[in-house]
Amino acid sequence: MSFETDPMAEIRASFFVECEELLEALQDSLQIMDDGAEDSETINVVFRAVHSIKGGAGAFGLDALVRFAHRFETVLDALRTDRMQADAAAVKVFFQCADHLSDLVRHSRDGGSDPAEQSGALLARLDALLGTEAAPAEDIAEPEIDFQPMGLTLDLAALDDALPADLPPLNALPPLCDLADLPPPEADGLKTYRLHFTPDTKLYETGNEPFLLLRALEELGAAQITCDTTRLPKQQDLIPEHSYLSWTVKLETDAEEAKILSVFDFVEGLCSLDLQPIAVTPDAASASAPRTPKTPTAPPSPSAAPATAKAPTPIKNVVRVDLDRIERLVNLVGELVINQAMLSQSLETANLPPHGDAMNGLEEFQRLTRDIQDSVMMLRAQPVKSLFQRMSRIIREASTAVNKEVRLHTEGDATEVDKTVIERLADPLTHMIRNAVDHGLETPADRIAAGKPAEGQVKLSASHRSGRVIIEVSDDGAGINRPRVLQIAIDKGLIPADAQLSDSEIDNLLFLPGFSTAGSVSDLSGRGVGMDVVRTAIQALGGRITITSVPGSGTCFSISLPLTLAVLDGMVIDTAGETLVVPLNLVVETLTFQAQDVSMIRPGQHVVRVRGAFVPIVDLAAELGYRAPQNSYDGAVALLIAHENGNRAALLIDNILDQRQVVIKGLDDGFSRAAGIAAATILGDGQIALILDPSDIITNAAQPLQKPLRAGALT
Amino acid sequence: MTDNNRDSTIELLTFQLAGHEYALDIMSVREIRSWTRATPLPHAPTCMRGVINLRGTVLPVLDLGDRLGLSPQVQSERAVIIVVAQGETLTGLLVDAVSDIVALTKDDLQPPPDLANGAATGMVSALTLIDERMVRVLDLAATVTLEKGMAA
Repeated sequence: MSFETDPMAEIRASFFVECEELLEALQDSLQIMDDGAEDSETINVVFRAVHSIKGGAGAFGLDALVRFAHRFETVLDALRTDRMQADAAAVKVFFQCADHLSDLVRHSRDGGSDPAEQSGALLARLDALLGTEAAPAEDIAEPEIDFQPMGLTLDLAALDDALPADLPPLNALPPLCDLADLPPPEADGLKTYRLHFTPDTKLYETGNEPFLLLRALEELGAAQITCDTTRLPKQQDLIPEHSYLSWTVKLETDAEEAKILSVFDFVEGLCSLDLQPIAVTPDAASASAPRTPKTPTAPPSPSAAPATAKAPTPIKNVVRVDLDRIERLVNLVGELVINQAMLSQSLETANLPPHGDAMNGLEEFQRLTRDIQDSVMMLRAQPVKSLFQRMSRIIREASTAVNKEVRLHTEGDATEVDKTVIERLADPLTHMIRNAVDHGLETPADRIAAGKPAEGQVKLSASHRSGRVIIEVSDDGAGINRPRVLQIAIDKGLIPADAQLSDSEIDNLLFLPGFSTAGSVSDLSGRGVGMDVVRTAIQALGGRITITSVPGSGTCFSISLPLTLAVLDGMVIDTAGETLVVPLNLVVETLTFQAQDVSMIRPGQHVVRVRGAFVPIVDLAAELGYRAPQNSYDGAVALLIAHENGNRAALLIDNILDQRQVVIKGLDDGFSRAAGIAAATILGDGQIALILDPSDIITNAAQPLQKPLRAGALT
Repeated sequence: MTDNNRDSTIELLTFQLAGHEYALDIMSVREIRSWTRATPLPHAPTCMRGVINLRGTVLPVLDLGDRLGLSPQVQSERAVIIVVAQGETLTGLLVDAVSDIVALTKDDLQPPPDLANGAATGMVSALTLIDERMVRVLDLAATVTLEKGMAA
């Protein structure tokens, strides 16, 4: 839009977006290799991803990135041409290299600390892979020659430098395919087919394109394509809609007949096909290969190979939109929702006939508004896949640090969650994953002693359940050692020594601030940052976290999150004439006090008995300075609030008005942000209601000395 | 009220506060709204009357009389909220009544004498005479920016 922007900067930005996608494809394929389910295409995807990153990096002069990617690529090339095998150790090194590659990309994009110094160690490991596996018998100098930077890199840079700046972004640039991308002709299992392909006129009428089909054939192997134009009539007889052309393809491939035919699945009945295997002498095969250069138009992404049966990602139509525009839309829809609520309220007070046109129209309007709101919220949603991929890296690093073998299983990668939620979930999830590896899983020796496989399992899953997102982190470790947790809590003075706690209450002790169960403080997770931080972070997102643990078979942390941050399930309450909203996720239950349940601890401080436990009473109106504290609690209504550190408090209010979704409006941080107030919302009558932060209010109430006199506010 | 266009005229919106006349550069005024009940903010300084709904956004409203340290007035029917923009942020200023829009040249403005010593120090940027009545021109930035200490 703006002409001032540097076109090179735009291409560069799109290169980094492309890199993210390539790195994701790289991680995916490595995961497939790690699971032992790879085929030649998987390795090709890995190779192409690294190759494309290198190519782009060369164009922008990112030398460190090019150097590392080149060496990585060299090893992958050896793998691709069967000069070495991808065993578990090799895949592990590849993972580390992929992680390092993404560090380098990030460094090139954002600056910051230079990770390049780690390159050396990883390169040495890559070299070791080649040195031991590709050329065990050879002289040590031999592989080193292999690693000399080759002309390819230089060509790339020269080629890309010569590009005019207004070229399409890099993802549209042709990858630098060469014959190396083809399966080597001398490899075993290659067969040659002759295929006659004659499209009917109908094929064109239905919008199919022979070129794409032929290109798909080329993906299968070396294809020699000749076009038969003999049926073309003279110019005056030519009917433009008719099909006159046919093609003969000589295809040399390791794919089976069915796979070749599957290319034409979508045009079945729209063309005539004849596929014949032909016996071919090795001479003919090698002679045909050089004459069939692969068309350089195939993009390098894995999704560009629709003909290969294993291609995992379906092609998606994607539009990249500026986040600001989405934000604006989200805000507008928020206003629409408020407006609709106001309209409903005024129509309801207008005493209209309940089944009249106006009321029916309003109902329709409400439904539409809700649909629009849901759709717009989905715009901000992203699959959790990127987050899960980061976690698989954490697993790898964590398991190496504590010498445990750990395998990560992910489920529901495609589950979509609000972008902000994903960003803010990374830290707590990292912490939980580390905990699972460090504390949750036993050492390999203990596992074998317990009759389990030495390799521990950590499962990360995401799913949608009744309007919320559930993310679970579970391990198959020893489960929570409840007697020990209890003992630690007592030793640290967190609970009284004679406390009688249920199993789940003991489990929840883990969320107490400053709690750590690891016998020794390890580098990995014992940094004095406990699960309480995790819980606070989750609650800040409007979520809840729960633990379930079965001794001997593992622990599961379950996080339940709202789908979006822009809307909140709230309880609309009334206190001292003010309407306020309490986030519903913090309300455990509602209480009505009986006089005999309330006792005074000291003047101004009361507790209420709730099922045998004494819960402090916090007078909301007094806390907010709306009125002086009350003395009679008989018949009063209160909300039982779950406090961060597992404590509960009864928040005294006047009345519960409603339970509804409210649109969150941020308050200016400057001067209107007050303690105990999280945000604001606009109610159906157009009035602003404040959204409370009950935890904040309860914490403040617990520090009576710091409470200033608020005479001024009592007007 | 910067001196960039020295010779040009400036337009001021004048309004009443506790029997005195004040003025603001009209370029910073976005709109004038009749008084609606504001939702009070707990723990806010007394001059902060609360927040109101300005077409879907949350607008903080300052009681300008209280902010300037004037004696509290019984709120009349003519009380209005002047919505002003300071940079990116909008603020509502509660005043007793708006009076007029006047055009002046910069030469008509006099700097305030250097002996003022009260809450309003620094908030009045100039004085001027309109129909033999003294009008105080407010420095908007100083007026709408509450010091950190006040927000306790």
